[in-house]
Amino acid sequence: MGLARGVGGIRLKSDWRTRNHPAYWAFVVHRASGLALAIFLPFHFWALGQALGGPARLENFLRWADQPLVKAGEVGLVLLLAAHLTGGVRLLMLEFLAWREWQKGLLAVSAGISVLAALAYALNFV
Amino acid sequence: MTAPVGSTARTLEVRVWRGKEAGRYQSFEVPRQESQTILDVVTYIQRELDHTLAYRYACRVGMCGSCAMTINGKARWTCRTHVTSVGDRLEIAPLANLPVVKDLVTDMAPFFDKWARAKGHFHATQTRRDGFAAVRPDSPQRLQIDAAIECIGCGVCYSSCDVVHWLPEFLGPAALNRAWTLVNDVRDGARVERLAAVAGDAGCHACHTQMTCTERCPKRLQPTAAIAGLKRASLVVALAGAL
Amino acid sequence: MKVRTQVLLWGAQRYTAMVLVFCVVVHLITIVYATRYGLTAAQILDRTQGNLGWAAFYALFVAAVAVHAAIGMRAILSELLDWRGAALDALLVCGAVGLTLWGWRAVWGVFA
Repeated sequence: MGLARGVGGIRLKSDWRTRNHPAYWAFVVHRASGLALAIFLPFHFWALGQALGGPARLENFLRWADQPLVKAGEVGLVLLLAAHLTGGVRLLMLEFLAWREWQKGLLAVSAGISVLAALAYALNFV
Repeated sequence: MTAPVGSTARTLEVRVWRGKEAGRYQSFEVPRQESQTILDVVTYIQRELDHTLAYRYACRVGMCGSCAMTINGKARWTCRTHVTSVGDRLEIAPLANLPVVKDLVTDMAPFFDKWARAKGHFHATQTRRDGFAAVRPDSPQRLQIDAAIECIGCGVCYSSCDVVHWLPEFLGPAALNRAWTLVNDVRDGARVERLAAVAGDAGCHACHTQMTCTERCPKRLQPTAAIAGLKRASLVVALAGAL
Repeated sequence: MKVRTQVLLWGAQRYTAMVLVFCVVVHLITIVYATRYGLTAAQILDRTQGNLGWAAFYALFVAAVAVHAAIGMRAILSELLDWRGAALDALLVCGAVGLTLWGWRAVWGVFA
């Protein structure tokens, strides 16, 4: 238990032990991936905007992005994007379709698809 | 952490929250019995070791929800939690997200105030002279109500919700769950007003489907499902311009 | 902000999410394709420039993600930084508009 200041004074807050279940992890992944992607986007648009300077400018950028570390970062981004997408589909189903027990399995399916997408991207470099 | 099968530990190490929001854990050693609930442990401490400990219980058989506390980080009913399902080392604290009156006793007023703010009460449209309302028990709306109606207002879900902690004005899973049962009640006359009361930043739309409420509910209710229903219902009304 | 507006914002975020499911799947496939075949910038631009259909697709993608991300950031900022009110909403509107224009600039560069 920890203290936390909030409206109406200090209240005791729950700790990680009650958050340690799959649907909560899904929330963390979804929020973290969304935030990371939102921060990444302006840079992505800048990079593509290099095309405004002609093919050579864009080619410069693509070759810079050929470095192993950058490629690894790209695999990470694909993983984040796939995770956010599949987690989002799970949420859309939970919110818009009638509630069913099998929806809990959606979490596993979504995690699996994310990994597959990232692998498909990564294996191009093997 | 569960106790090993055939545990020979004779005593339990119990840390109990003392004070209000600012306080400390006090340690006790409690004799271990063969069949013992957390409520038994707390009662033993108050009766035999420290009379100044404040705690709350009533039915002690899992019907009233008064004995809800935080046990080893998770909100539970202490009368229905066996020591063997938790372990030899216990950490007992009051429910989170609520003001602390003293030790293990929380002020439930904010919880029930939000129940009222979510318009969690029935609005009649008929009188005794109008005859019975005919509601089929297998109608889709009645089935939705049945799945959510058993809430006894124990506060476990409210105490477990991160959004309640982040947004003090958030109505919380129990109040929203109760509102959902009334939104589905075809006899109720305040559907649109209730949807207006439960929608928006302080209402159902603040829920992020973390599902800790559903995970922890001792009655196996699914407030997340009820809240999803409220999201759908309020969107329809908002798009129709009636909210 | 009125409750009705808050509900419609939630609706907009879920609606753009559905649009983005389609856009992201298409985008992932094209990216895997482009990297698999090791396309150079010249080869990519050869295929994209003057292509109205793809330009429209990416213009829609940019607008949808700007709306979706801004509404998502609203929740994160209000919950984690305890920030609410007209100032936050104004900042997010500027952010969404800015991101849209910045993205359309890139779309112009790749597809014009």
